[in-house]
Amino acid sequence: MTSEPTSGLSLVDIAVQYGDVVAVSGFDLSVSLGEVVALLGPSGCGKSSVLSAITGIVTPSAGTVVWNGIDVTNVATHLRGIGMMFQDNALFPHKNVAGNIEFGLRMQKMAPEARSSRIGEMLELVGLPGYGERGVDELSGGQQQRVALARALAPEPGLLLLDEPLGSLDRDLRDRLADDLRTIFTSTGTTVLFVTHDRDEAGRVADRTVVMAAPS
Amino acid sequence: MTARGPFGRSVGLLAVIPAVFLAVFFLWPVAAIVWRGLAPEGSLDLAATFDIATTGRWWKVAWFTTWQALVSTAVTLIVGIAIARIFAKYEFVGRRWLRAGFTVPFVLPTVVVGTAFIALLGSNSPIGLDLRDTVVAVIVAHVFFNVAIVVRTVGDSWARLDPRAEHASRTLGAGPWTTWREITLPRLLPSILAAGSIVFLFSFTSFGVVLLLGGPARTTLEVETYIQTTAFLRLDVAAVLAMIQMTIVVLTLVFQRRMRSRLETGEQLRREQSIRRPIPQGTAGVGVVFSVAVTLAFMLAPLLMLVHESLRSGGRYTLANYRGLNDGTSVMFVTPLEAIWNSVRFGVAATALAVVVGGLAAAAIAYTSGRAGRALDLTLMLPLGTSAATLGFGILITLDEPPLDLRTSVWLVPIAHALVGIPFVIRLLVPSIRAVDDRLRTAARVLGASPWKTWLSVDVPLVAKAVLAAAGFAFAVSLGEFGATAFIARPEHPTLPTAIVRYLSRPGAANFGQAMAMSTILMGVTVCAVLVIERFRIGDTGDF
Amino acid sequence: MPPTKIFTSTKTRFMALIACVAIVAAACGSDVNTSSTATEPPPSPSNPKTITLVTHESFALSEDVLAAFTAETGITVELLTSGDAGTALNQSILSAGNPLGDVIFGIDNTLMSRALEANILDAYESPLLAEIPDEFKLDDTHRLLPVSVGDVCLNYDVGYFTDNGIAPPQSLGDLTDPALKGLLVVQNPATSSPGLAFLLASIAEFGFDGDYTWKSFWADLRANGVRVSPGWTEAYYGDFTWAGGGDRPIVVSYASSPPAEVFFAEPRPAAAPTAVVEASCFRQQEFVGILSGTNETAAAQMFVDFLLGVDAQNDIPWNMFVFPVNSLATPPPEFVEFSLIPDNPLSVPSVAIEASREGWIEDWTDIVVR
Repeated sequence: MTSEPTSGLSLVDIAVQYGDVVAVSGFDLSVSLGEVVALLGPSGCGKSSVLSAITGIVTPSAGTVVWNGIDVTNVATHLRGIGMMFQDNALFPHKNVAGNIEFGLRMQKMAPEARSSRIGEMLELVGLPGYGERGVDELSGGQQQRVALARALAPEPGLLLLDEPLGSLDRDLRDRLADDLRTIFTSTGTTVLFVTHDRDEAGRVADRTVVMAAPS
Repeated sequence: MTARGPFGRSVGLLAVIPAVFLAVFFLWPVAAIVWRGLAPEGSLDLAATFDIATTGRWWKVAWFTTWQALVSTAVTLIVGIAIARIFAKYEFVGRRWLRAGFTVPFVLPTVVVGTAFIALLGSNSPIGLDLRDTVVAVIVAHVFFNVAIVVRTVGDSWARLDPRAEHASRTLGAGPWTTWREITLPRLLPSILAAGSIVFLFSFTSFGVVLLLGGPARTTLEVETYIQTTAFLRLDVAAVLAMIQMTIVVLTLVFQRRMRSRLETGEQLRREQSIRRPIPQGTAGVGVVFSVAVTLAFMLAPLLMLVHESLRSGGRYTLANYRGLNDGTSVMFVTPLEAIWNSVRFGVAATALAVVVGGLAAAAIAYTSGRAGRALDLTLMLPLGTSAATLGFGILITLDEPPLDLRTSVWLVPIAHALVGIPFVIRLLVPSIRAVDDRLRTAARVLGASPWKTWLSVDVPLVAKAVLAAAGFAFAVSLGEFGATAFIARPEHPTLPTAIVRYLSRPGAANFGQAMAMSTILMGVTVCAVLVIERFRIGDTGDF
Repeated sequence: MPPTKIFTSTKTRFMALIACVAIVAAACGSDVNTSSTATEPPPSPSNPKTITLVTHESFALSEDVLAAFTAETGITVELLTSGDAGTALNQSILSAGNPLGDVIFGIDNTLMSRALEANILDAYESPLLAEIPDEFKLDDTHRLLPVSVGDVCLNYDVGYFTDNGIAPPQSLGDLTDPALKGLLVVQNPATSSPGLAFLLASIAEFGFDGDYTWKSFWADLRANGVRVSPGWTEAYYGDFTWAGGGDRPIVVSYASSPPAEVFFAEPRPAAAPTAVVEASCFRQQEFVGILSGTNETAAAQMFVDFLLGVDAQNDIPWNMFVFPVNSLATPPPEFVEFSLIPDNPLSVPSVAIEASREGWIEDWTDIVVR
């Protein structure tokens, strides 16, 4: 897709390289505001690298990343306002559930009372009310996934990226959570790009699916 | 998290060998020499002991020893963590060589580096800094010698942290400094504490550095114990000093233990990630390059001086000193090759002992969570905090009857080295063992593996890296002749440090030049040994 | 009936006398020759023995000289080294009765009394003592036999003084001259053997009585900017201007250091770059002794003879940087040319050293350091 909207996410000719290894080359993508897009492809085709380039964890070797009309290709990650939920969730092991969720809120300098109520909201949203004081290692895989989602959503990012969000869960749980996700995304109006290798999941959650091939 | 690992109830048996080793080669000798000091006629003279113990002078010495060690540790940690960060995050030409180079100061005899330090920081200082006879010089020297411990312990741990926690933090709006403070540092604290406790013990029992750079007015418990034991044969005073030293060390270790259990995060450490990136362009990159340059300058300056001196003879640049190393007619003479061979042999023996005994102890400690494990852990750290003179003379009066008449045995050297190497092994292996995901063991068991097979196929490969890192330290400790070896009577198998000190004990420019040449060789051997041990690690990467 | 008078006949008396003499001779003889050498054949190439020599790190002898000894006597000498002489001696004292080795070398005159009081040595009146002048035989019980003499003296950098137009010191007293302020480095007597020797030199020179005692001397030295270094290596190679590139042109070292600076320099200078202040020299000797409890007395005695003999004595200067004591030995020409054995070195009796060492060092520390 080559149209260039002035809002939403726009990737033009993105290439990502690790040393000599080319992970992504010549990649274009557009996501409109409020859209939920699935990026579908087999393992090793560079989907995670695309996400890393969007968040700024990795600087692309070529191409531009434009979000809401601003070229953020070289802007530091913590200033982009783009949220992410990781494969294997990457929760902070030394903080409890509430500590994880409120982290982004603290970075926004939100007052403690406001943080408290927001944490409560988020826990309700992901179906884990009252879990605030639990330690991260006390949770099951599915619960950890949800906390990771809550953490990513809490600061209300305009754009949310998810890397195989339901990957490690069983079929039933995945189906249920997929529906929940769709509901959450559409109700909050977040622009979402998520990566998956599961066609089914893509269909359940996304408005639109983009297929990605391995780098040439 | 499961306590017992694959061994079940018999895990306690693992502790037997380390306990016996420690008891025979450390506890018994130290107890014996202390007893000899306190009860010279066979019965305790408590009044005399009390007199000595209440002498204000010794408590002043104890106070100085403690606070200079604390400050040295703090500064070493700060510098070491900053350097570890560079190695953990960035890839650049010569990275591995530079990292191996950090181990060199750790290994060189103090008297050698000391003369280089005086040249740099004394009254003839080229940088105009006269720090002779100051505490600052002592602390700077401690940092120089010990920073390797922090760089390698914390650095290895850092490389194995899950980087995505940092990524998540950044996407949540935390800048680099906040991410470091909130997310990285707390997870590094266990290894920082481990490295810090060892650095503290080394700084606490530091001998050559204090003597040389602190000036005659500053003594530590170690120096005083040496003087009382060798110059005056006042075993009574030495015994009291040993007990004061032991008390402070035990208190420190208990404190550190408490802190550690509060900080353990239960994070599963991964295999080392290739998260290193090339040095970025622009201002950020300049900062990194500058740090690397300053580090290089700090670490290399004294070492380069030594190399420079080794190439000078009669006012010219020449290899005469190196050639001269092979000329010698004395029975106390040793060629560089022989010295290297002796150093390597002792090193291999000491490393094997340290890894086996330390490994068993680490397993026993990691798989049990009870008092016994903690006691073993603490006791095995004690040799680091005990005066070498005390232990050396203690061995003399205890290991003197068959079947253990080891006083004149060549095996005493690797044993003494191993006593210092074992704490390193434990500090590195215990977290690694604990971090093995128990689900993996369960998976293996479910697939039909017996406890031993499980241990061999799950625990051992995952812990192998830490074992190699520990072996590296133990080998460096042996190369550098740490421990009670200065006070043991040794049969004539001179090692590199011994040969260097011999050259430096004689006047004459050629002798000095040859001492410098031998020191340069020791530096080379150290770097090679460390790189060789590292080689094994790199070959170990692969997808798990 | 009167008691039989057994001892009245002359013959019986004479027999009794012989018996007494024999018993006394045997008793005296066994003080000198302990253990079971009476029936054992002596060591020889066909009856090889091994002895252990306990010594310190500064011991040295040429390989071939020692090999010649082994070839001739069949005795192999194994070395056991410990740090310095004090450590080696203390180790031997702590292992009394179960010695670490057979012979101990390196006890010097400052440690002599401690060694003798600890009773760890067997007496041996070596025939070679006849070749050694009496002034070196400090132990008349022949438990410590003299091997070498190497005085501890002030050394100074000749070039420094000529370049700066200052007169070098000629005596200990000169060191307190303000013209020599900040030029002296000494070693700490608590941690260094030459340091202790220099302290003893000052005690011998200035004594305890009168207006100016050794303590006054050291107070003046402190005021005159003396530096204290922990050991010989640190002072000589760290602070001394000539050898170490430091800033002190006067250092406490040995009478044999100047010859070494000539011999071990490339190219060899015509004159020694450093010189000795003769009036500051303190006599230092090293001794050898046989450790009590050894099983190889005969071999040990042969080794002692060897050390005192001309071959080993000639070998000593370039190996241990001290002078031989045997009057038949010939020190190398460079030694004689660039150094000296003073006629009247300073000295302090060993017994006094052992009794007061700790107190003197404590006082010294108070005056100079604290």
